[in-house]
Amino acid sequence: MSGLSALSLVYIALCYGAAAVFITGLVVKFYGYAATPAPLKIPTTPAPTTVPGVIARLAGEALFFTSLFKGNKWTWAGGYLFHATLALALLRHLRYFLVPVPDIVAMAGPPGVWAGALMTLAVVYLYMRRMTVDRTRSISLFADYFALALIGLIGLTGLIMKFAIRTDVTAVKGFIMGIVTFHPVNIPPDILFLVHLPWRWF
Amino acid sequence: MAKKIETDELTGEIVTPNIEPGATAHYKPNLAAQEHNESLGFPGSKIEGWEEKAIGRMGELLSKYRSLKVYMDTCVRCGSCADKCHYFLGTGDPNNMPVARQELMRKVYRRYFTPGGKLLPGLSGAEDMTGKMLDEWFSYFHQCSQCRRCSVYCPFGIDTAEVSMAARDIMNSVGVGQKYCNEVLGKVLDVGNNLGMEKPALANTLEFLEEDVEEESGVAVRYPLDEVGAEVLLIAPSADFFSSPHIEGFTGYGKVFHEAGVSWTVSSYASEFANFGMFVGNFETMRKVAQRIVDAARELKVKRIIVGECGHAWRVGYSFWNTLTGPFDFLDPKHRTPTHICEFTLDLIKRGVIRLDKSANDDLNVTFHDSCNVARGSRMGDKPGGQFDIPRELIRSVCNNFVEMDQDTIREFTYCCGGGGGLLTDELMELRVKGAMPRAQALHEVMERNGVNTMAMICAICKAQFTKVLPSYGIGMDVVASVHQLVSNAIILGGNRGV
Ligand code: SF4
Ligand code: SF4
Repeated sequence: MSGLSALSLVYIALCYGAAAVFITGLVVKFYGYAATPAPLKIPTTPAPTTVPGVIARLAGEALFFTSLFKGNKWTWAGGYLFHATLALALLRHLRYFLVPVPDIVAMAGPPGVWAGALMTLAVVYLYMRRMTVDRTRSISLFADYFALALIGLIGLTGLIMKFAIRTDVTAVKGFIMGIVTFHPVNIPPDILFLVHLPWRWF
Repeated sequence: MAKKIETDELTGEIVTPNIEPGATAHYKPNLAAQEHNESLGFPGSKIEGWEEKAIGRMGELLSKYRSLKVYMDTCVRCGSCADKCHYFLGTGDPNNMPVARQELMRKVYRRYFTPGGKLLPGLSGAEDMTGKMLDEWFSYFHQCSQCRRCSVYCPFGIDTAEVSMAARDIMNSVGVGQKYCNEVLGKVLDVGNNLGMEKPALANTLEFLEEDVEEESGVAVRYPLDEVGAEVLLIAPSADFFSSPHIEGFTGYGKVFHEAGVSWTVSSYASEFANFGMFVGNFETMRKVAQRIVDAARELKVKRIIVGECGHAWRVGYSFWNTLTGPFDFLDPKHRTPTHICEFTLDLIKRGVIRLDKSANDDLNVTFHDSCNVARGSRMGDKPGGQFDIPRELIRSVCNNFVEMDQDTIREFTYCCGGGGGLLTDELMELRVKGAMPRAQALHEVMERNGVNTMAMICAICKAQFTKVLPSYGIGMDVVASVHQLVSNAIILGGNRGV
């Protein structure tokens, strides 16, 4: 591990730390839910009576946010735009994690960039909405704003790196591959990247 | 009532109010007396060290109900549910937004059950269980009728009703019970019905009803009590025995059995379908109330159980009975247990067993109010949505004039009457009146536009609530009708062709 700068050591530690917290958290939560009984039948009806029906209902919720659509069209529109563009942007980012880069990830390249831009706009919209509608303002917690602000910042720095002050993409990929393969190398000391990276920590 | 309750003007529109913090913080039900708490096995009054005990009970519930755990964790405060609660729409109090109601428990959950809340309570929105918090719980968890409307719009399906039930159970476990529910539960477990009506009184009522029907129709329709060996045990909400328009519906059940030629009986031991055990969120209490019905069915050696028009009880019967007191293998497996009286009657009509004169209802222009627990907590028949379609089909087969209210206020989107969930008590009258606003608006619209003069329903609480609160909106209580009242009007007695 010789030759790693202090800055790199901090970032490397945070990367692994965040991944560990994330995975442990998920496992603990899932195990917790799975281990807790559900004695009474409480689905909100009208509920499907068949297994394919249940799968369709769940898929509708997971992929299209059907209940949110019924509840509030504006929040749905903002939220859907945000999640869809985030998914696309993340797909594009797999290029930094995989060698060789799979076709689908390569294809997500150009639209992924625009998705990043739309995502950032969606975050701004959601933030404004949370703040201006009296009902959501009264229930929002620090954490709700913080998460949005953080994602917005990530989007913004990402866009700047793409369109304005370009970062050394090869060095970035080198660093990330180092993390992924457990052979960490020095982090490129680009302030934008240093701000952009922390998404995993939360 | 001394003071006139301010109500929104009826325009037919349901308008989302601006928030008005603390608007209904002073609405509270009465505290249960010692004897009522103790009769249910809860401490008589608020116990020493209640804070710790309450957190302990919360932990127990979190480990017993996956739903509660998931609901505590997953809310993202998107606000989709915020303007869906009739109590928020009627009062503007932000704590009546479902998400805020849940937050009252979630704050405490975070403080004692999450790492973030333990370490950084300020940043994570965590709060201690204090006397002030308990006050808010007692107030706002009794401003939820557990109608589940909010859950329909939540992207995670979070059901505030479950949270309210858990909160009430926690409060009961430390001796802070609600008078109305606990008193009623005491009566049903002691005497067999929520009214505390003893067997002789019940027998009198049924006899009187027999005389009444015979006088009016010339046909001797029977309303039997405790008859061993009858084919059907009929379990009705006890309000059906004397309130109006409940009893008109009950009259209808008897006529249906008469025309079908099916022997039936009411039980004096289990003369109550309602099960307030659900409202107080206590599994064991709910089971005990349901157990009386099973015991009565065995005792009377019936072949099937048919239940009357009651909303929350239908949810308990349809969704929970099997878990609570099943299996029902001592009954005839040909029939579903329980069978709803609407399913039973509609089937007879479809098979031509009952003869009808629809024109008997021609002076009525009918709409149907979906009761919340039937709509969102149960089903009827074999198909999803049967709980909406079966009562409607039944109404249409006995009435010529039927009109639907606004789409957003019926079927799965229906608004609670404002009196469900154990809130049907006088000290909460202001809340009940304001909570009925959305339904009153939708009803007003069809009254103006289509000349509707009758709102039929299949829930004893809805019927009691609407007859009481609609007059505050200038709507007469005579619009409220039982579905089987319409059946009763139209049925031609004396055919008696048998099943
Ligand atoms: S709709 Fe669901 S996630 Fe959104 S605020 Fe309400 S309870 Fe929370
Ligand atoms: S369950 Fe019904 S009464 Fe309770 S918060 Fe939800 S919408 Fe309001």
